[in-house]
Amino acid sequence: MSITTTVPERPVYMPDSPLDFGAPLVPGQILLDEIVAPRDPWSGVVEPGDVLTIVDVGGNQSADCLVFNGDDTAERYSVPDTLTWQHNAYVDTGTVLRSNRGRAMMTVIGNEIDRQDTLGGACGKESNTLRYGHHTMYQHGCRENFLNEARKYGMDARDLVSNLNWFMNVPVDQDGVLGIVDGISAPGKRVALRADLRALVLISNCPQMNNPCNDFNCTPLRMIVTRPGPRR
Amino acid sequence: MVAIADQHKTGTLLDARQDARARESESSEYMPYLPAHKAPEIPEGVEPDLMVWAETVAPGGYTHKRVARGTRIRFTDAKGDACAHVLIYNAIEPIERLNVADTVKIPWQAYLVDGHPLLSGEGRVLATVCNDSSGHHDALCGTSTRAWNESKYAASASHGAAPAGAALFELGAAKHGLGVRDLPPSISFFKGVRVASDGDLQFTGGAGPGCHVEIVAEMPLIVLVANVPHPLDPRSDYIVGPLRVDAWRGHPTGPADSQFTAAPEAHRAYLNTLDYLAAQGIA
Repeated sequence: MSITTTVPERPVYMPDSPLDFGAPLVPGQILLDEIVAPRDPWSGVVEPGDVLTIVDVGGNQSADCLVFNGDDTAERYSVPDTLTWQHNAYVDTGTVLRSNRGRAMMTVIGNEIDRQDTLGGACGKESNTLRYGHHTMYQHGCRENFLNEARKYGMDARDLVSNLNWFMNVPVDQDGVLGIVDGISAPGKRVALRADLRALVLISNCPQMNNPCNDFNCTPLRMIVTRPGPRR
Repeated sequence: MVAIADQHKTGTLLDARQDARARESESSEYMPYLPAHKAPEIPEGVEPDLMVWAETVAPGGYTHKRVARGTRIRFTDAKGDACAHVLIYNAIEPIERLNVADTVKIPWQAYLVDGHPLLSGEGRVLATVCNDSSGHHDALCGTSTRAWNESKYAASASHGAAPAGAALFELGAAKHGLGVRDLPPSISFFKGVRVASDGDLQFTGGAGPGCHVEIVAEMPLIVLVANVPHPLDPRSDYIVGPLRVDAWRGHPTGPADSQFTAAPEAHRAYLNTLDYLAAQGIA
């Protein structure tokens, strides 16, 4: 059904955008395989040992990501713990995503781009006013997506801590200047995360249209959970 | 050695009361000074009557306070080994709190510098870093967890020999009705970290005894402070010095201050904070 609406135009990707929906990065029984539409939130539980592959279908589409202990959401992904334990500011293959209790939540076991970001945090309607001006206040943001998705699990704004941004490029220069620059991903590039505990993963398929975190072209994500091992 | 019990006569209520009251005149290296304007030292140039907080925080200790908009809080690294881990909240609606990602992303700067706005996730400035004589601070590594301290020092309890910053924040937060979910990543003053081109986190230590840094409260704040070693401190022992905290009534950053318009992002953060406060009759 097509309706007439007076809601301001929502960004959609260019019809000629190349899309590559890819495949799981780790073979095994497929437990879940879902597409996240542009600008939508998503969540899912990944059991210990299972692997979540995130496919950057359209290339340079930021997948903002929070991880919680599925059995006790007071334990959640912690940027400082992740960085401090590995003594490095960037996320790459081998990075252990650590919780606010210092525990391993998930491990990056496959990564097809040079580095992933966990410094830049999530966008939001309110922070957009600082970054781009009050004329962007009406636009959608990752914080809205996270609030909507977190509510399903009894969580709220208190639980929206600093996050990961898969496929987003945030370099830090020697003077400490940092920011979001053109991406280094491409259609079909993937990252694979093995759950080290029962991981509740929240995703915001970033709707930002004011910086290059989505190539100014919001595209889908594909989420695939596999159980490694021979096919039964 | 004389047992402590032998130094006290506390067999009756009268004796016990007299014994307790006799200790009033004693002092400690680590204590709050009340009233604040009678602290043994007042920061130079500050009118004593304006003082609202004067305290020396013990190594491995913590403190916390609700402060009014405009309060200027000075942290001083008294002996060169303090590390002030700090969290701040909007005291009116504490669900609004420090957001470290926005604090580094929005000003385009990963290192805390003089004039740095400390931002919430709500697009507002909670406080402004100013009058910094140290330049050795960190917004990336957070504070220590129990797991970190157990692996490094084989201890982590808040009342033990190597308190974890997280354990102290939990106590401070609890005294304002806040729980573990209310403890986001924190910042720390007096120990620096720099990011190498390959992402390596390089600990740059402190800037020496007597350095200070201030934050100005741009709205009513709850302030939590834990004085524990920086997680990347390379020393294998738990070494942290006393932290001095002084605060006095002052002025929030306003249109007459150059800081108000120094950067477009922070300018709009100040405007958002003023807008939020004005609507409820506070500014």
